[in-house]
Amino acid sequence: MINRYDNLIIEFFCRIIAAPVFIFGVYIIFHGEASPGGGFQGGVILGAGFIMLAIAHGMDFTLQRIREKMILFLSCIGVFIYGGIGAACILWRGNFLDYGKLPLPLESVSVIRGIGIMGIEIGVGLTVMGVMISIYYDLINPGGIQPELSGEEE
Amino acid sequence: MKPLKLLGLITVIITGFFLIYGVSDMPNWGDRNAPASTHVSPYYIQRSQVETNAPNFVSAVLADYRGFDTLFETTVIFCAGIACMMLLRKEDDG
Amino acid sequence: MEFILSKFNYWIYIIMMMIGFYAMIAKRNLVKKIIGMNIFQTAIILFYVSIGAKKGATIPILEAAHHTVVPPESIEVAKYINPLPHVLMLTAIVVGVSVTGVALALIILIYRRYRTVEEDEILRQLT
Repeated sequence: MINRYDNLIIEFFCRIIAAPVFIFGVYIIFHGEASPGGGFQGGVILGAGFIMLAIAHGMDFTLQRIREKMILFLSCIGVFIYGGIGAACILWRGNFLDYGKLPLPLESVSVIRGIGIMGIEIGVGLTVMGVMISIYYDLINPGGIQPELSGEEE
Repeated sequence: MKPLKLLGLITVIITGFFLIYGVSDMPNWGDRNAPASTHVSPYYIQRSQVETNAPNFVSAVLADYRGFDTLFETTVIFCAGIACMMLLRKEDDG
Repeated sequence: MEFILSKFNYWIYIIMMMIGFYAMIAKRNLVKKIIGMNIFQTAIILFYVSIGAKKGATIPILEAAHHTVVPPESIEVAKYINPLPHVLMLTAIVVGVSVTGVALALIILIYRRYRTVEEDEILRQLT
């Protein structure tokens, strides 16, 4: 019999430690230029924060916070941010993904390239976070169980 | 041991010997003049900070000098998420 | 003896590769085959990253470069390890994660259809 207080310590501790984990993930994405990190690493940490909440509390708790359709929608937004920044460079007479031609009011071309790097790391981080949560949700979904061997799917 | 597993073990050992024979041409551990570190890598190390304002060479090469590869790598992991969704999600009927 | 000592990193990764390869071809459970593929992939990634190591060098992040511009001639190339294998292997890690995710989803579908994940029982049900 599952007691109500069996998971109490794990639930309480995961709820406390989830907020620093998300802040740490966002920190790693934004400081990818100056310290070890970047888009992929920060996206995996953000996804792992949601998976930790799902393991401790159950998947319904996490689905109340972020619906399953919105998870893949976040991934699409990430790819569009990346392609959008690349295509915006074409509008100002540069090549695709040539960040030096964007008309930002900063000191020199190299600082504009630095801001371009930060922008695409945000896109990559969003995509990786969405795909991590989506694959976890698909793998633990119980789904339908076929009673006989010759039955078809669904 | 079952005959097929023994055959697998012999295949693995023969492949291992061929790979170790091919290792004799590779550079030593920690060699500074290895061919991997001499053609375009000194350019990236010396000119990343001046041209892209990013002290991290790995991020500058990944996102600025080779940004096209990273775009399609992001597409690859997005396609993996879509493939898992298409295989395993069912619509709620009624 | 010097052949083993000066190239010992290649020896370690070749042994790891062969362990993964044996798991892929000789085990009968489908999940164990996927884990073998993952071990093989990890060994290849570590093999490439170990090519870029330099003796007495530090991590590939420029020191004392926050808010200052460092002129290119004053940077000693032998002080930082080669960043190129790290960049290429980031792509390889992402591809490995994608392949493992889709392979596990296919194994779940096989289980729902045949009620087993052993290869010889599936073959017996197919014929």
